[in-house]
Formats: sequence, structure tokens, C-alpha cells
Amino acid sequence: MQQDDDPRSEKQMEFVTLVAGGQSFCIEITQIREIRRWSPVTLLPHSPAYVLGVINLRGAVIPILDLAAKLGFSTITPTERHVIIITAIEERIVGLLVESVSEILGAQTDMVRETPKTEEDATTRAVDGIIPVGDNMIKIINLDALLQSSLATAA
Amino acid sequence: MTDSAILDAFFEECEDLLVALSDGLEDMREGRADGETVNAVFRAVHSIKGAAGAFSLDDLVGFAHTFETVLDEVRSDKLETDDELLRVLQRAGDILANLVDAARDDIPADRDQVDPVIAELQSFLGAEDLVEEEFVFEALSLSFDGDDSGARFVVHFRPGQEFYATGNDPALFIAALQALGPCEISVETSDLPEDFTGFTWNDGYLTWQVTVADQQNDLAIRDVFQFAEDLCDLQITEAHVDEPAPAIDIGLPDVVPTVDLTPVEPAPASDAPADTPAKTEKPAKRAASTLRVDPERVDRLINAVGELIINQSVISQRIDEAELPNSAELYGDLDDYKLLAREIQEGVMAIRAQPVKPLFQRMLRIGREAADATGKDVNLITEGEATEVDKIVVERLADPLTHMIRNAIDHGIETPEDRAATDKPQTGTLRLTASQRSGSIVIEIIDDGAGLNRKRIREIAINKGLITEDAALSEQEIDHLLFAPGFSTASVVTNLSGRGVGMDVVKTAITALGGRIAISSVAGQGTTFSITLPLTLAVMDGMIIHIGGQTMVVPIASILETIRPSPADIAEIGLSNHLLRIRGEYVPIIDLASRLGVTPNATSLTDRVLLLLQTESVSQCALAVDDILDQRQVVVKSMQGSYGEISGISGATILGDGKIALIIDPDAISAVPASEVNAQRKAQNEVSHATR
Repeated sequence: MQQDDDPRSEKQMEFVTLVAGGQSFCIEITQIREIRRWSPVTLLPHSPAYVLGVINLRGAVIPILDLAAKLGFSTITPTERHVIIITAIEERIVGLLVESVSEILGAQTDMVRETPKTEEDATTRAVDGIIPVGDNMIKIINLDALLQSSLATAA
Repeated sequence: MTDSAILDAFFEECEDLLVALSDGLEDMREGRADGETVNAVFRAVHSIKGAAGAFSLDDLVGFAHTFETVLDEVRSDKLETDDELLRVLQRAGDILANLVDAARDDIPADRDQVDPVIAELQSFLGAEDLVEEEFVFEALSLSFDGDDSGARFVVHFRPGQEFYATGNDPALFIAALQALGPCEISVETSDLPEDFTGFTWNDGYLTWQVTVADQQNDLAIRDVFQFAEDLCDLQITEAHVDEPAPAIDIGLPDVVPTVDLTPVEPAPASDAPADTPAKTEKPAKRAASTLRVDPERVDRLINAVGELIINQSVISQRIDEAELPNSAELYGDLDDYKLLAREIQEGVMAIRAQPVKPLFQRMLRIGREAADATGKDVNLITEGEATEVDKIVVERLADPLTHMIRNAIDHGIETPEDRAATDKPQTGTLRLTASQRSGSIVIEIIDDGAGLNRKRIREIAINKGLITEDAALSEQEIDHLLFAPGFSTASVVTNLSGRGVGMDVVKTAITALGGRIAISSVAGQGTTFSITLPLTLAVMDGMIIHIGGQTMVVPIASILETIRPSPADIAEIGLSNHLLRIRGEYVPIIDLASRLGVTPNATSLTDRVLLLLQTESVSQCALAVDDILDQRQVVVKSMQGSYGEISGISGATILGDGKIALIIDPDAISAVPASEVNAQRKAQNEVSHATR
């Protein structure tokens, strides 16, 4: 809390980096509950393409979304090697299917750059900032923005 | 406790007091009242006033004061209880409840409503009563009544050998009683031996009699003796208010024993009933004692029980799969486990269950107000008040019921003149009933008014573009137009109903509770709305079915029977629609697979199983599924929080193998028009072709 208020100290943030649709993204670690291997889901009728179905996570019914499809890439054909990232924002828990999870990335707040203005699409709407790492550029996914558009229309 | 927590406690207590008030007034009106009834009514109003004073709720205090003054006159027989007075008291009770509601919602009181009633109340009071003394309140009279209304209890207390042997000291008990309120204490020494030859040093020879005044009930007193009750002879009886205290010594425990009183009975039991005529009433009051529990704790328990039931089905399934030899006993034990789990589940659900009584009383109030406002003469009757429903259901029913009661009075029941013109009794009757029927709660709102004006409903629906002018609708379908969004029949918007929310809101609320609403109406004789609600929201009996490789659940409540059709039972209509012939009737067959956009395992209907469903949209329909697997209790998990609503699906459950099964909503699945479903299915198929 105090760190936020103090402009002199840069906040240390941690992100989990992942690959979806062949590109690198990351999600802030505090929004991630756990990471699981893909397991078969129960299909939902009348659902959009990016909704894979629901799984039983210790007694709770959790929807699983295909992150690549959600971001406008082609859908992932899930196999044993794919990974589900269980995210939690406030009370809402959603699983995201991704191609792989790479590492935990520590970053100071001043390392995060604003997303350059481009033509808006499904990806840019859900990205709020980029982190340059070596030659690579990792896009930060804003789960709120990502899920707002998805679940509202799904419902 | 924070201020708001204390305030919450106050409002909770008000609820109880208002129920007591309402009960008492009801008894008075029915002529069942005795002195104690009036006292109870007075106490309720007095307690509300006292506590409201502590929170500076001035409107409430002012009104309660006038109300209480009139009740005091009634109590002391200075006022004759005639019909007029009873009417005003009833009205005052309603206003008091409204004021409590207003205070809770922190909105100003409606003076237009309150002032006339105050004036009416004051008209019963003589001039001297009107000189209002500035009333002063004890800071917190939350749990105790004022001095004038407390009962006195006589405690006969004779410690035995065991009592002393376990290190107890009578003086401490007496001191504890003194802490409860003013006490009169005497000691009975007649049991002491004449000489000390027969004296046992560690035996108890003394009997104390303590009269404790100012008690609401004997609970506090019993608490004092909680751990010693078995160790001594203890009698706690309520002393009649008019009688003088049986014991005379006003002194303290160390006062000189009054030896010469000597009634020979060693135990004071025999004379106890004599001076307690009010005793018979006590058990009833104690039975009403309740436990206030944080709902969150109950919810946690319910969740745990839900997991228990899932776990139970996991274990059953595992044992089935293991195919153990000599497992008869094991299956017996497993059945016991199942029964116990069910019992626990029902017990836990019962904690959440609440009688509909407070809800119904609130509705009576609203009904009376509506009748007053419309100038209609309505007799309101409630039945089945003791019926218990899940707490959430009770809470969420309040708005729909309010709306329906107002509607029934505003639109349903005619004006006295109109009624007289049609040879009906001038007073209309509105009945609000609750009953439990095989796993559901049925709430009915029955009026004996004019019945639905179907012609008018039709016209309005056409005007609002809900139906086309030439639409051929059955009576039932016309009735159901009432639930269409944006429908309101009152040509003049009254301040009662017609506030823009229509019956569609009622229907949405009922559906959200997993319930159904139906109308039946006979022209000139009245209208009945019946609401059917599930007993609990969390667990239901379901039929486990297979469809297109998926496992799903259909609520047993809506299944009439299951049929394996022979080719002769199935008739075709058009290219893709089928009808089931059953006992001379034709029932539409709905293919669940196509409704859900999945591919069924079997293509021919005769290879599948049909579930004959009773639904609200189509009275009956047959749902075609691939197979039936099992019938069992399932725990309902809502998906709306994490995903949102899915058409045709009401929720999900977790099966014994840990997989999720979706729960079919029979009403929604049978209601979706076929063309729309096909379009959706097509879109769905395209998407899945493109992506998978």
C-alpha cells in the first residue's frame, strides 16, 4: 500500500509469461491462482468459439477460455501439453488455455511501457502495457478488459 | 459491536416485536384476547419505542408513544375495545411497521400517512392524556422491558449434599440473582433438626426463596443455575403480578431465619403451582426462543454438506467400479451413509428455512394499505403461515408478492358498488396461502374479483405490438401475456400498481428462484396466481441422462414419466417435427441434442428414451435423450457468477467421477422456438468446424 503512495520507490511486480497464438504475453502473478495441465472439459451449448467449456476445480464450476481465440488468433487444439492458467479477479475465477507457460518475470514499474497506439483489435483491447525483455517484447494482459468483453457477450 | 451492528440488532428485534404485535392485534380482533394479550401488544410497542429512543429515531418514538398511550388505556380498561378502536389499532400497527422500515432504509417517514393515524389514536384519549409529558428513555432498553411490564419469578432453591460437596456456595448464586434485578430473599429453616443429634455436617438443610422482579422471562435465572441445576432442588415459577411477594422478609440473605413459619413440607414444590397461575403460558414462550446465527456460517456448512453429498456419490461409484466380492454388507453400509448424508443435508437446509409468517404479515399490511388507497373493502386472509421456505426465497419473494397483492386489489377486486351490482358480497376476499406439496412450496394469491379481462388484455397486447391483430390465442396464452415485458393493464396509472414494473418482473424474480408461476381465472369469480418454488435451492433430485456423449441432469420434479417409444407411438409432422402418441394424446417431441447443438448417438427416435415433461410453456412435451443412467440427488452449482446464463441450462452439478454435468432447464428448453435454435445450431456448427 505504502509503496504505491511513495513515488520514489519503484514497485516490484511479478508476471507469469506465457505463449498464446505464437506470441508472448504475461499476466500479473497476483491474479493467478494456479496453473494446471489441460484436462477434458464439459462442453457448454450455445457458447462462442473461445469458450471451451467448464471444469470442476475442487467443487467449483470454472469456465475455460481459449486465450488465443479470445485474442483473435486461431483456436488452440488442446492436447496434454497445453496448460490452463486459473485466474481470479475478485470473486470471478476463469481458466485460460494457453500454449505454454515460460517463466516468472520480475519487473520494476518503470520497465512497463505504454502500448503504442495501433489499430484496435481483440489483442490490443486486452493489452495494457508492454515489457521489453532482451530482443523480446512481452504484452501484459489486462484480465478485466479481456473478460469484460468476453463473458458479457457470452452471457 | 459497532453502532451499525447494534442498529442491525435493533431492527432484527423489531421484526420479532412486530410479529408479536401483529399476532396480538389479530387475537384481539378475533376476540381471543385476554389481559396478557394486551400486555404483550403494549410491551412490543413499548420496547420498540424504548430502543428507538436510544437511536434518536424521533418519528418512530413519537408515533410509538401515542400508540402506547392508547394501549395503556386499553390495558387498564379505561377504553372499550370496539371495532372502531381495533381498526385504528391495526392501522397503527401497520404504520409502526412502516416507520420501522423507513428508519431501517434511512428515509423520512411519510407524514401524510402517519399524521392521520396519530390524530385517530389521539381521538381515543381523554384531554388529560394529551398533555404529553416529555418522555425520557433509558439509554438501552434493548432486551429488557420497563419496570411496569417485567414479570416476577419465585426461585425455590434447596442445595443438596452434592451441591456443597462440589464446592458451591449458595451466597454466590443469590448474589447472581440480585444482579438480575431487585430481589426479595427469605430462608426456610424448618428442616433443621431440633437438636443437633441427627445433624449431618455436610448436608443441606436450608431452602432459600428468592423473588426476582423485573424479568422478561426465566432464562436469565435458569442461566444462573445452569451448572448447579442437578445438584439442588430448584423450582422457578412466575409469580402472578397482582399477588404480593410470597416471602415477606425484605432483608438480605443474612437476615434472621423465620423459623416459626414452619410449613412442614421439606420441599417447597407443593405450594409452588398455587401461586403461579400464569405458568401454563410459559412453555409456549420459551419454545419461540431462537438462535441468531451469521448466515455466512450456515452457508459454509451448506457448502460443506454439498461436498459431502458429492463425496458420497464418488465413493458409491468407486465401490461399484471395484466390483468387490461379498459386498452385500458394504452396500448396506453405503446405503446408511447415503441416508445419513441426506439427513444432514436436510437438517442443514432446515436451519435456513424460515416460516413465511413475517412475509405474509408484511403482505397483509401492504394489502390493507392498498385497500385503503383504492377505497375497496377487502378481507385479507392468510393460510399456512407456518410453512417454511429457504431464507433467500423468503427475502426474494417480498417484492413479487407485494406487486401481486397490490395488483390483485387494484385490478382484481372490484369497488364495493360494482360488487353490489353483481350480487357479490360487498367485501372482497383476498387469500394468501402457502403449502408444501411433494418437494415444492406452493404460494397462492386468490382473489374473488372480476377475473382477468381477456378482451382487454388482448387489445393492450395488440396496441403494444406484443401480438398481431389476427393472432389466435388460447385463454391460457392470453393470460400469459400478462407476463410479457412492458405490459400493464391499468388504463389509468394509479399510485399503487402501474409503476412501470409489470408482471414480467414478478415472473423473472420467481424464475430466478427456480420457481414457476401460473394463472387461472374465471370471469366474474376471481383470479388465482400460484407460485411453485423448490424447497431448497442447493440440492435437487435429478435424472442423470446421456445425450450426444455428454452427461446431463434433468430435474425429477418436472418429469412425469419415461418412455421407450415403439415406432407406432411416434407420428411425424412436417419434415423434422415429431409427435408422441400417449394415451390418445399427441405431445410434441423435443430433441434435446438439437436444442443443445450436439450430435445424438442414435438417430432414430425409437432407439432413444423419451422423458415426458410437465412444463409451463408447453403443458407437456417429450424430451428425447440418448439414455438414462441414474437417478440421484445432485448439488446445484450456479454458473452465473463465473460464466453467465446459458439458454436451456439452469446450472451445473458435479458427478461422482468429478466431471461436471449441466442441469437442463425444462421450461427454457421447451420454450425456445425451433427456428431460432436451428439458426443457433448452424452458427455453432460453423464455428466448431472452423475451429476444432
